[in-house]
Amino acid sequence: MSNGTPLLELKHIHQIYTSGTRKFTAVEDVNLTVSEGEYVALLGPSGCGKSTLLRILTGLQKPSEGQVLYRGQALQGVNPHATIVFQTFALFPWLTVLENVELALKARGVPAGVRLPRALDLIDRVGLDGFENAYPRELSGGMRQKVGFARAMAVEPELLCLDEPFSALDVLSAESLRGELLELWTSGNIPTKAILMVSHNIEEAVFMADRIVIMDKEPGRIIAEMKVPLPHPRPRQSDEFRALIDEVYALLAGQTKSEVEELGAAPGEAGRVRRLPDVHIGDLTGLLEHLAEKPGDQADIYRLTEELTLDSDHVLRLSEAAELLGFVTIAKGDIQLTPLGETFAEASILARKEIFATRIRRLPLVRWLMGMLQRAEKHALKDEVVKMALQLEFPPDEAEKQLDTLIHWGRYAEIFSYDDGSEEIFLENASEKVAV
Amino acid sequence: MGLFENILPPKERMQRLFTWGDAVVLLLIAVLLYSGVRLAFNAPAEIQGPAIRLEPRALPWYALLSVGRMTAAYLLSVLFTIFYGRAAAYNRRAERILMPLLDVLQSVPILSFLPVVLLSLSAILPQAVAAELASIVLIFTSQAWNLTFGWYQSLTTIPVELREASSIFRLNTWLRFKRLEFPYGTISFIWNSMMSWAGGWFFLMAAEIFTVGERDFRLPGLGAYLQEAANQGDTRAILSGLAALILTIIALDQFVWRPLLAWSDRFKVEMVESDQPPTSWFYDLLHNSALSNALGRLFAPLTERLDLWLVRRSPMRATDEEAPKRNWPILLLSAALAALLLYGGLRAAHMLASLPAAQWGRILVGVLVTLLRVAVSLLIALAWTIPVGVAIGTNRRVAAVLQPIVQVTASVPATAIFPVFLLLVVNLAGGLDVAAIFLMLMGTQWYLLFNIIAGASAIPQDLKYTSALMGLKGWARWRTLLLPALFPYIVTGAITASGGAWNASIVAEYVEFSGQTLFTTGVGSLISQSTAGGDYPLLLAATLSMVLTVVLINRLFWRPLYRLAEEKYRME
Repeated sequence: MSNGTPLLELKHIHQIYTSGTRKFTAVEDVNLTVSEGEYVALLGPSGCGKSTLLRILTGLQKPSEGQVLYRGQALQGVNPHATIVFQTFALFPWLTVLENVELALKARGVPAGVRLPRALDLIDRVGLDGFENAYPRELSGGMRQKVGFARAMAVEPELLCLDEPFSALDVLSAESLRGELLELWTSGNIPTKAILMVSHNIEEAVFMADRIVIMDKEPGRIIAEMKVPLPHPRPRQSDEFRALIDEVYALLAGQTKSEVEELGAAPGEAGRVRRLPDVHIGDLTGLLEHLAEKPGDQADIYRLTEELTLDSDHVLRLSEAAELLGFVTIAKGDIQLTPLGETFAEASILARKEIFATRIRRLPLVRWLMGMLQRAEKHALKDEVVKMALQLEFPPDEAEKQLDTLIHWGRYAEIFSYDDGSEEIFLENASEKVAV
Repeated sequence: MGLFENILPPKERMQRLFTWGDAVVLLLIAVLLYSGVRLAFNAPAEIQGPAIRLEPRALPWYALLSVGRMTAAYLLSVLFTIFYGRAAAYNRRAERILMPLLDVLQSVPILSFLPVVLLSLSAILPQAVAAELASIVLIFTSQAWNLTFGWYQSLTTIPVELREASSIFRLNTWLRFKRLEFPYGTISFIWNSMMSWAGGWFFLMAAEIFTVGERDFRLPGLGAYLQEAANQGDTRAILSGLAALILTIIALDQFVWRPLLAWSDRFKVEMVESDQPPTSWFYDLLHNSALSNALGRLFAPLTERLDLWLVRRSPMRATDEEAPKRNWPILLLSAALAALLLYGGLRAAHMLASLPAAQWGRILVGVLVTLLRVAVSLLIALAWTIPVGVAIGTNRRVAAVLQPIVQVTASVPATAIFPVFLLLVVNLAGGLDVAAIFLMLMGTQWYLLFNIIAGASAIPQDLKYTSALMGLKGWARWRTLLLPALFPYIVTGAITASGGAWNASIVAEYVEFSGQTLFTTGVGSLISQSTAGGDYPLLLAATLSMVLTVVLINRLFWRPLYRLAEEKYRME
């Protein structure tokens, strides 16, 4: 459907945040062209900067470096030809469905005589007739997002941006809304020239988009692009569809590398400090137990999303954590339990804690924290101190997340603990020596 | 009983205890006071007060006058709030000066300014105008700060996605105000307005009954009526005056605030229906009347035209605000202001240096004695409000009976009943010493009580069940459940309460009553004495000392406690 005229071009976009004297790259050197007639999905794990990119390309945010071109012209301020359908709907709670849709038109100076029929027609088209005078709080999530779509369509945008529009909806509403959007888009009944959808749901991207742009984090960047040559509607069970999904998972889950590479460096050392994936131990154990029940102790990662009813982002984070701890290996989108992982899955609670403790002691971040605690008076440190040290490596939000994960993992392993009253992290067993 | 949850103050944003901004603000206050005192040198030595008529027929007129002053000050506060809040919320550079300024202004005991404001205004304006203006300025200063804080808080907490949606859909400044900022901030604005009015009554009464020595600054109004009645010992007039005051306050509540609250329920952000929306019979009456519908139909085309006209005239700007370039006129102006401030500061220091050491000693003693009085009144208030507040807050049946009574009693400004109370205790041992503590108590206990009720009713039912199941009783129950749960609310209430107590000291420690002058030791008394005796350096020194003391206590004592409460004991 693409006729090749470039609508939007991103050229060498960088987004850099400074925190104190440190600089953190949220988006690194992104180049992207969206042409007329294209439905592009921007896919990546949380924290890869895809939402930041969406804000940059609509003009809500200025990039630190690089250029945004719209129809060949440099973008000045918010792009008047683009709209966003927001993840959290962003409806005005004090306005009715009709008033919400009308507001977008009123802001462009459309008089009431034209505005009202157009808004009613759109509400009608998304299937909300009868709810014109309802307030958003009276609607279900799916219906709220329909209002979001009606409002976005009302201004007849050339570029329709979708910011994870289905991720806050229940499974059924999301599915039906996807179908309705595709129908509107493929029928050509809307003046929209291109759609750009941000998503972390792999299946959704393959189901809807003509082209998938895959991003990765640390720093946020584009790692691959692939076309989806399948005609709509795309049957999810078909082999081609599954093969594509498997391919995307393989790209995003990566390949288990040598141990040194996997573990990364400790803070202060040369090299990249690897972030701990934000994962709960209970979920991790669940994943390993599930794998242990599989023939050959292995599975296609993409199948795990269905089997465990988790979203793809969560499954990828869990696999990453299991891989980091040496419980699984990952290759070409397949996940394979290691003998250690098998032992862990079958062990008793106490034995599991012991295995877990020996494994996380090898993580540079954990070793680094234990070393600091060893040297500290009474083997205890204020959490503020640790957070500040972490902020030399990570942006402030991420430093906080890393600290939370460290404490959560350390508590489970009974290596270190945290006292909420004194806000101190301390070594569980002060006599313990750090294995260096 | 969700009512009271809305009155908790905003969370602290500033981290450090003192900043340079604070120093500048304190200097500014010193210079303002100094200029006031300089002006006061020219104030007439004798000021004739208005004749106050005691017949009940005069009461409606007096009530109208009082409400008029309050309304004028309130409108001023609203205007101030909209512009100041906007500047602070949307301009980084302005925020850095405006917010510390507001923070100090908020903790300054406003009544300590009353003598200076009255004297300086009466030096340059006709007496009647000066007193009116002083009362309006005073009420404004009691109403504006919390309104502004609340509005700023609202503007800065608008959810990001609504902000982004407003930009993407190109809402211009007007539509953004009408459809986003105003609706989002309205509920907190109305609650803060109610608080402001309650505080305003307190200060209006004080301003209406202010007499020092030969200077009678009274204003015709309910406050002056009550004082005159107490002076003459006219019980019937006292009772009818109090009744008029309470009726006025209740009428405002029923015909203005409750309807506004019921109306503003539509602006809540939560995506769930509330189970107990605020109701108002008056609002229902208006809402369903044919007249209001007709008015609505009449105004709809007008607002439509206004909206479209404004949208076309000033559409959303294409680019975000660029960092402003160096603006020479503004730079020069600030330099001139800074020079003026410095000069004023020097002159003020000069005047302070001329004060003999003995006077400084009196001020020090005065501050300590008043501090003691404030502490005692706070302890007494805590002693009775905690058990009563818990009883009301945890028991629906008790609440149903007591709450209306408490609300009406609390609505009577302490300054209004003070003359009446003096009549009772003036001849007892301890006289004014006891009475002063009582007045402070009257001004402080309600904040505490309301906060404790809010805290007690916010204790989750699960926790109450659990502690019952564990058999916690008596002190163990207080220690493990009630006190930790109440702590943030007690601290919040106590901060406001102690501020109120300091304020009250000005009118409580020095009283002109039935032709005699009563006073006791204290910094409040010193301020009034120096006003009466025309000792302007002492007035400046005492007022500044009081301001400084209160700011220091806030920063060194209350703020750390507040932070502890927020971090450790807040249930969320």
